[in-house]
Amino acid sequence: MGSPMKVRARNDGGTTEVKILMSHPMETGRRKNEKGDLIPALFIQQVSVQHQGKVVLSAQWGPAISANPFLSFKFRGGAKGETVKVTWVDNKGDSRTDEALIA
Amino acid sequence: MVRREFLLRGSGLLAALVAAGWLSPEAAAQEWNRAAFEAKSIKEALEALGAKDASAGADIVITAPEIAENGAVVPITVASRIAGTESIALLADKNPSALSGVFTFPVGTLPEVHTRVKLAETSNVHVLVRAGGKFAFATKEIKVTLGGCGG
Repeated sequence: MGSPMKVRARNDGGTTEVKILMSHPMETGRRKNEKGDLIPALFIQQVSVQHQGKVVLSAQWGPAISANPFLSFKFRGGAKGETVKVTWVDNKGDSRTDEALIA
Repeated sequence: MVRREFLLRGSGLLAALVAAGWLSPEAAAQEWNRAAFEAKSIKEALEALGAKDASAGADIVITAPEIAENGAVVPITVASRIAGTESIALLADKNPSALSGVFTFPVGTLPEVHTRVKLAETSNVHVLVRAGGKFAFATKEIKVTLGGCGG
């Protein structure tokens, strides 16, 4: 289980803006620790955002997305009180899902 | 156990995984594009994405700083004004692997995304848009004073 994400969704008339802040090291596999050993790659590969069970954004990432990834986008529709659900899966198979209600 | 029962159990597990959000129907259908993400050069990455014939497009807007002080966290906003945009990919010339990420927009989602990427050094950043099965790209140079991929 990864660490919790912060998910915010706000409806602004016709569109809903989603802002996501994930908690993940996004290690490239190229950095070294103090002893000079390589830190293994650990990064989110797949992201899926769903609104009421329908995918509104999906993404594939490499390790060049910054640590603790931030993501924002907008989709048409969405109403106050409906659910936006975000899931990520990393290269080691760990995953995390968090939800937010549209404000 | 009869075969029918076994099959039912198998499909139930898959449905449960989908319901739990472990596997989105799309993610399950679409494997992580290893060849594209492991490509070292822009050319190899474009080939792996099936975008060898991409042409320069004017309707792609890249909003990013001219100079990024910290290459580990470079804010970037990309928007496509091309009708029927399906996906947007971010690539950087000088990164160890050229492809940073690919964002896919179902119908109803605005083809615009804001995120933060790492840049190893001053580099051209390319934004590749897929619309109606065709590819277009735009390029912007971002200067980096402190690299984001070193140790």
